[in-house]
Amino acid sequence: MNRIDQVFDKKKKILSIYFTAGFPNLDDTTKIIENLQNSGVDIIEIGLPFSDPLADGPTIQESSTAALKNGMNTSLLFKQIKNIRSKISIPLIIMGYFNPILQYGVEKFCLDSKISGIDGLIIPDLPIDIYTSTYKNIFESHNLYNIFLITPQTSTDRILKIDKISKGFIYMVSDSSITGAKNIIDKSQKEYFLRIKKMNLNNPTIVGFGISNSETFKLATNYSDGAIIGSAFISHVKVNGIKKISSFIKSIR
Amino acid sequence: MNYNIDKNGFYGDFGGAFIPEMLHQNINELKKNYKKITSDKKFQSEFTKLLHDYVGRPTPLYFAERLSEKYKTKIYLKREDLCHTGAHKINNTIGQILLAKELGKTRIIAETGAGQHGVATATVCALMGLKCVIYMGEVDIVRQSPNVARMKMLGAEVKPAKSGSKTLKDATNEAIRDWINNPMDTHYIIGSVVGPHPYPDMVARFQSVISKEVKEQLFEFEKTKNPDYVIACVGGGSNAAGIYYEYLNNKKVKIIAVEAAGFGVNSGKSAATSQLGKEGIIHGSKTLLMQTNDGQITEPYSISAGLDYPGVGPMHAHLFKSERAEFISITDDEAMTAGLELSQLEGIIPAIETAHAFAIFEYKKFKPEEILVFNLSGRGDKDLDTFIKYFKL
Repeated sequence: MNRIDQVFDKKKKILSIYFTAGFPNLDDTTKIIENLQNSGVDIIEIGLPFSDPLADGPTIQESSTAALKNGMNTSLLFKQIKNIRSKISIPLIIMGYFNPILQYGVEKFCLDSKISGIDGLIIPDLPIDIYTSTYKNIFESHNLYNIFLITPQTSTDRILKIDKISKGFIYMVSDSSITGAKNIIDKSQKEYFLRIKKMNLNNPTIVGFGISNSETFKLATNYSDGAIIGSAFISHVKVNGIKKISSFIKSIR
Repeated sequence: MNYNIDKNGFYGDFGGAFIPEMLHQNINELKKNYKKITSDKKFQSEFTKLLHDYVGRPTPLYFAERLSEKYKTKIYLKREDLCHTGAHKINNTIGQILLAKELGKTRIIAETGAGQHGVATATVCALMGLKCVIYMGEVDIVRQSPNVARMKMLGAEVKPAKSGSKTLKDATNEAIRDWINNPMDTHYIIGSVVGPHPYPDMVARFQSVISKEVKEQLFEFEKTKNPDYVIACVGGGSNAAGIYYEYLNNKKVKIIAVEAAGFGVNSGKSAATSQLGKEGIIHGSKTLLMQTNDGQITEPYSISAGLDYPGVGPMHAHLFKSERAEFISITDDEAMTAGLELSQLEGIIPAIETAHAFAIFEYKKFKPEEILVFNLSGRGDKDLDTFIKYFKL
């Protein structure tokens, strides 16, 4: 059984943390993963940095640029994850844009993901139709879950289609925005959360984008199975380094 | 082989729509509607009327006698520099603003490199009374300051792109992010044949008026619609797409694409994508792309802001890979010299982008009876500062 399914079987109000690999320092990747697990986080999304992250706001753009300057790259990331995997029992997901994966070779990327103990991938700019026609078999033969996004603009038909081909969970983008855009959840977002909740999808949903603190986490998880914090966590690590991770996580729940 | 787009939005191996879900709704709306709306009679008559009355089309096809004499061949210039706002860019912005109105959008965003597309977008927004935000790299804002002033005068807000190389690529990233944040009321007018499907095809169709006119005009001079060569500079490739369009599947007409080599193809400071690029994804399109072995997009360089782009439109990537087009790389110095030569032989000061195309004679010889049509895509007013510094005028 994929570790992602195990987590959703056992736990409620899942907390997932996104961070950029190789930031603030190149070797921090493994330390951050360990600290996050020890602090009680349920799922970790490891960001493979990209030079041109289209869907990301300034915080993740800056951490990605810094990580690349530090020397982060795809093969190094796999090495780092492989070294730590035996100590980590929670699901690890790589989130990255498609071009670096394409250059590494999709098949090789999936194989190395499997070898280093990755449970799923989130590739925001790999569209569903191309995934299904070209890459689905490769992902599945390596027991990798490909996580898809839905947004407030995604039509009901399309949500049902995404639900049908999804495994693990569906990533619910909280708002029409890039990452880290704002820190409140307004009425129209609540209506959207409720609309999705009422659809009773086959897959669990996790809300991401704009989740930054205890208040927004609680609100989002009233309607969904969990929430993802990215930019707010990266900002915390940028200021406080990796030592105060547990106090940040405790402040969320 | 067919060189037009296929039903899935690809030119051979290139193109498609590699976009995050946040853009799906808008891109899908365009994909479903662009052909229907733009082929509608009312749309066509409004588009044609504006191109005629407002842009000043048809632009002349001009036989360049002195240039022809110097290079001992027959050289014609398609005078897109005489379009309102000084370049071919406005053909596309007129088309897209009419489309945006049809889709009920009230706010327009665009990216710009040299500022020509920004000015052309700000112009049509003023014409239609729509709100306009232009993203422009910080570096380009400095080197194309006259165009920044023009955009502001036309009522547009110019927002600097401060990430990466602070040029066209980064301005495009910022425009895409804006669209993600404003999906309901906003239309994104992409200025070149780049971006996710249907943009490359849509922009190429709006620019195809260039080669449609060439066919008729050349017939008047030469009693043939087919030149031996069509020649254009290529950054993203919209002016090139325009002058190639009617000839794509007519192999009697040879295609030459001229890229910016910057300080030289192997200098590390270049924008010659066909020579330096590998297949990859930029701005939602699979194309040839300058990148590291790890798939990080690298920062291009050219003296001309409009050619300073690490990718190339998917149509052109396909023309290169299939060898339908011949690609030639021209350095900054060669382009500047060619620009000066065109000014002094024909009395036409070209944009630096355009000047690259006129530097091919060092690399390519033509026969006296051969007919060459150059797309003179833009005028050089915006580049005067650069010319002044370079030639110490």
